[in-house]
Amino acid sequence: MTAAVPKRAADVPEPPQPPATAAVPATASETAASAEPDLAPATTLGRVRPGRPLTVAVAALAVAVIVGVSVGPADLSLPTIAEALLVRLPWHPALSVGPVDTAIVWQIRLPRVILGALVGAMLAGGGAAYQGVFRNPLADPYLLGVAAGAGLGATLIIVGDLSPALLPPAAFAGAVGAVAITYVLGAGQGGQAPGVGGSTASIVLAGVAVAALLTAVQEYLQQQHTQSLPQIYSWILGELSLASWSDITLILPYVVISAGLLFAHRRLLDVLRVGEAEASSLGVDVARLRLTVVLAATLGTAAAVAVSGLIGFVGIIVPHTVRLTAGASYRIVLPVSMIGGAAFLVLADVAARTVQAPAEVPIGVITAIAGAPFFLFVLRSRRTRRDLS
Amino acid sequence: MISVADVRVRYGAVAALDGVTERAAPGEWLGVIGPNGAGKTTLLRAVAGHVRHLGRIEVCGQPTVGMSRRKLARIVAYVPQRPQLPPDMTVGDYVLLGRTPHIGYFRVETDADRRVCTELIDRLALAAMADRTLRTLSGGELQRLVLARALAQQAPVLLLDEPTSALDLGRRVDALELVDQLRRERSLTILSAVHDLTLAGQFADRLLLLDAGRVAATGAPASVLRDDVLRGHFGPGVQVLTAPNGDRAVISRRPERGAAPRLPD
Repeated sequence: MTAAVPKRAADVPEPPQPPATAAVPATASETAASAEPDLAPATTLGRVRPGRPLTVAVAALAVAVIVGVSVGPADLSLPTIAEALLVRLPWHPALSVGPVDTAIVWQIRLPRVILGALVGAMLAGGGAAYQGVFRNPLADPYLLGVAAGAGLGATLIIVGDLSPALLPPAAFAGAVGAVAITYVLGAGQGGQAPGVGGSTASIVLAGVAVAALLTAVQEYLQQQHTQSLPQIYSWILGELSLASWSDITLILPYVVISAGLLFAHRRLLDVLRVGEAEASSLGVDVARLRLTVVLAATLGTAAAVAVSGLIGFVGIIVPHTVRLTAGASYRIVLPVSMIGGAAFLVLADVAARTVQAPAEVPIGVITAIAGAPFFLFVLRSRRTRRDLS
Repeated sequence: MISVADVRVRYGAVAALDGVTERAAPGEWLGVIGPNGAGKTTLLRAVAGHVRHLGRIEVCGQPTVGMSRRKLARIVAYVPQRPQLPPDMTVGDYVLLGRTPHIGYFRVETDADRRVCTELIDRLALAAMADRTLRTLSGGELQRLVLARALAQQAPVLLLDEPTSALDLGRRVDALELVDQLRRERSLTILSAVHDLTLAGQFADRLLLLDAGRVAATGAPASVLRDDVLRGHFGPGVQVLTAPNGDRAVISRRPERGAAPRLPD
């Protein structure tokens, strides 16, 4: 049982009774309530709407996209960029933008921004879903071996000197394969009835073991082929510098299906907040829910990792920042994390290509350097009010 | 309504239930009593479909094995002894979780679901705190809240595991009185594990005494709450007192006053 702390009632951000009601005479509000017994509370009951946080996240994403397409080595002005964007549309006014500027915007900057947004949305959404389904605040999209599997797949292609076009499929296959091995070995029913779902600890521990094994193999290969080290290393730290429209079309189906499936599970992830046993007595087949969510999150993050490398931290800090600032319901956490994660990664990528221009800093370094202090700040300032599970 | 036939549950090498057979008629309140480790919670969890078991359990005439979680949740509502209460969730959202078995897989709550929950929130005197978060509620309020969520399932069978263990003495009677009223209003069948034998005797229609996973005694409270029956299972430290109106109180008492066991030198 949670100990009641009545003092906190005043601290709760959402005002239980707006000041307006206090001004109304008590008798008037009572008669209104008794005349319409189920209207007054029913209007708010269970209508968790991510309205305001979602607006903030969408605004942040809009700003991030504008900054993302505006910043780069070629010094293009905002009107030039706007013209370059319009010139590819079927019905556009007469514009004076040159073909080189158009190409910079359409072939270099826009794909990079869009790919960054898709990857950020997927990593943050996948992290939120993993935290929900494993009921573990430390869960991130790489929990069950996605990163280790993708790293091994990518390393095999690089050390085997195979075509770079094979990198994304190999990383994707490695990531999905690692999670499949983890799930088959780790998921058990542990004496519970079907549908209750066994312990999550055994799956998580299996993920740790599978990741350790695959990482060891990957490091061995890497150590045997020191001439490929820079290439492997830059892939592992994450990069969006080679982003192209083909990458976007490659991962878009996975991202759309994965994000849609995760969003569709938002209510069930809220039910799971009362624990596996209680969720199952409320009619949730926990084992099936877990498998579906893990499958959806894995497909999405594997696709993201396949084209961007291993960008860390996004899947942990974005969902927790949303929980700490906007609320812990998955109806808020899932959509706001996806949009916010997209904005965060686009901005991180802008930093990655400007702080040491013309050289690029690995984006994974930026997400950690910029994200960790910000997250610690949010954690320090809000942790007394919000829970993270 | 509930029929349990030769049910056995093992936790590894330990037999938690070792062949239990019992029935509860529609509208009946069956109180499950017994010493620690007797299998009270396991019996409830077996009926709730949480543990694998041998033997046959039927609810509303249908075997529970092989039934989907969703279908089972529509006929059996389970209130665990220590429910997990997300501190940030609001009272309204928490009660709405009880509608889960009536909501499609990818759907969200409808206005009909909200109406059911609003009625329950009013009925259980939680309306004033419908928008508050769970961390702001007292123990008694949380008890009513968890009951409201279970009733939102609109299941004819209610399983209560030690529903009063977190409450003070006065609140215990209030809580069970409320359960009793709701049982009559909604013709619920109740199976509850109760630690407090005195309260069990006053509220349950019938008592089932378990010991070491077996049925030790069953029958009307007056036939089970007797010194000779209880002492064989709870030890000599219990005593049954009978009030002039026939109510029985079971108290803990030193077997021989003053004769404390001697400490070793």
